[in-house]
Amino acid sequence: MIELHDLSVSFDGVYAVRGVSTSVEKGEWVVLIGPNGAGKTSALRALCGLLPFEGRVLLDGRDTSTLGRRDVARLAAFVPQSPETPSELTVGEYVLLGRTPHIGYLATEGRADRIAAERALERLELVEFSERPLGSLSGGELQRAVIARALAQESQILLLDEPTTSLDLGRQQQALELIDSLRADGLTVVSTMHDLTLAGQYANRLLLLDRGSIVADGVAGDVLSESNLASYYGAQVRIVRDEDGIFVLPLRQ
Amino acid sequence: MAVDSVRTRTEPRVRARGVPRMWQLCAGAFLVAALLVGLGIGPVGIGALGIAESAVSHLPFVDLHSPLSSVQEAILWQLRAPRVVLAGLVGGMLAIAGSAYQGVFRNPLADPYLLGVAAGAGLGATIAIAMGFAGGSGQIVPVAAFVGATLAVACAYVLGRSAGAARSTGALVLAGVTVAAFMTALQTFVQQQRSDTLRDVYAWLLGGFATAGWRDVVVAAPYIVVSSVILLLHRRVLDVLSLGDDEAASLGIEVRRTRLLLVAAATLGTAAAVSVSGLIGFVGIIVPHTVRLLVSTSYRAVVPLSLVVGAGFLVFADVLARSVLSPAELPIGVVTAFFGAPFFAIVLRTSRSIR
Repeated sequence: MIELHDLSVSFDGVYAVRGVSTSVEKGEWVVLIGPNGAGKTSALRALCGLLPFEGRVLLDGRDTSTLGRRDVARLAAFVPQSPETPSELTVGEYVLLGRTPHIGYLATEGRADRIAAERALERLELVEFSERPLGSLSGGELQRAVIARALAQESQILLLDEPTTSLDLGRQQQALELIDSLRADGLTVVSTMHDLTLAGQYANRLLLLDRGSIVADGVAGDVLSESNLASYYGAQVRIVRDEDGIFVLPLRQ
Repeated sequence: MAVDSVRTRTEPRVRARGVPRMWQLCAGAFLVAALLVGLGIGPVGIGALGIAESAVSHLPFVDLHSPLSSVQEAILWQLRAPRVVLAGLVGGMLAIAGSAYQGVFRNPLADPYLLGVAAGAGLGATIAIAMGFAGGSGQIVPVAAFVGATLAVACAYVLGRSAGAARSTGALVLAGVTVAAFMTALQTFVQQQRSDTLRDVYAWLLGGFATAGWRDVVVAAPYIVVSSVILLLHRRVLDVLSLGDDEAASLGIEVRRTRLLLVAAATLGTAAAVSVSGLIGFVGIIVPHTVRLLVSTSYRAVVPLSLVVGAGFLVFADVLARSVLSPAELPIGVVTAFFGAPFFAIVLRTSRSIR
């Protein structure tokens, strides 16, 4: 579903992402992890054409350099770390904005777009919120509205930059369960995530980035090792494995 | 199950509000009232019915005699009508351009003069006046103002682009401030060199419609109409832009190209408005914000309502400008601020939507 060939991103000659090659299967959830400045967000933004890059990005087999912005938007929806949510816009109006790639540049939404937006709201159990202004929602509800907007885009790929920042632990788990359940509808998910334990629990595969390059790639059990986290994060941790999964516990030095 | 329930329902409930019916009627009534008052009030009073009958009598294939005397007819159609129409066009243009600028720059303080339109127009007009083109039949001053205004914004845009405005609008705004400061300095210099023209320059800068004629309407209207139509068509795109550059781009909008188109359209219209009316402040900020506070912050409401309300507002302001000290005239900028500011303060105080 996603193929990266030698992807590099540079800012004024300084490389944030360097020669990343990998592929993501349909329905997979791949999480990018790595220390601050490792290039996670840059890689994600390059994936959907928000940053100029070198190398090739194929979404659903199509080279994004040959596609217009609107075509890329139909293939991949992107949710930034702190999305702008104009407080006066209603949830319904906000989710309708997700239909933009399907609406003519100067046109307005048709019935099909309103149905798609309503379907996204129903999927995220937000229908009764559709007339409420975004400013009146709680953090967890707002996050659902943002994901609903991305779903209304009806793309096969969902790119999430730190989907759980500013949520409490319970809301984090709910949001991640929700994203996980969307994969049952065939959605392919690539996200960045700070919390390594949660990342390990939800991802099919972890990609550990350091200084722009992939230094580890695999299931949580392989990537989340005490030595990896010591050498790339400079962190002292204990990895606890039991039947419920893998837990990354920080240790005081 | 969930999908079925959507398919079987006849109409999806999700919708964009746009302009609510009630506000369409309110804004329309406000504009009509402004036009009737603007046409009817003056040293020679003309009633609304008389205006209506006279207007109908001028239509082709209508066999109705105007109830007005020929003097009244001349006052109405040669003096007041062009003045009212021009005030409406300029007011609508400044307000809709302000709403677009606020959307493009995502800055509530953006007004149509943000990128140097005012300073550029001032410089152009001052040079033309200093060269002796002020009076007479000359349409040189408006043309010079128009050229100065568009040049100023073009300079600001080029400077901003080279300073990194591709990534943020901050550089563009700073470039606008820089160009405006430079042009104002030049304008002051030219003005000092020819201090005998000070009065004419000052009168032009203050703005107003005292000399408005049909020719001004014909000169400015094409730009204003084209610009307004472009901005109206972008009302949904402006809502998308309100999500920020990144998200707008991830929704398939070519952000830079769209911003350039919107700035160019708003600038051409504003430059045309300024060239026939001088610098009239406050309209571009107060009208869009009044709409936001009273109706909705969605650009689907703000853009069209700003056009209509801005037109009515400036027509009313012009009525006050010419009748308060009649037969003398107040500068219209004084009126827009003197009556606009307290009104806006009341809206600001009483609005529930400010949190």
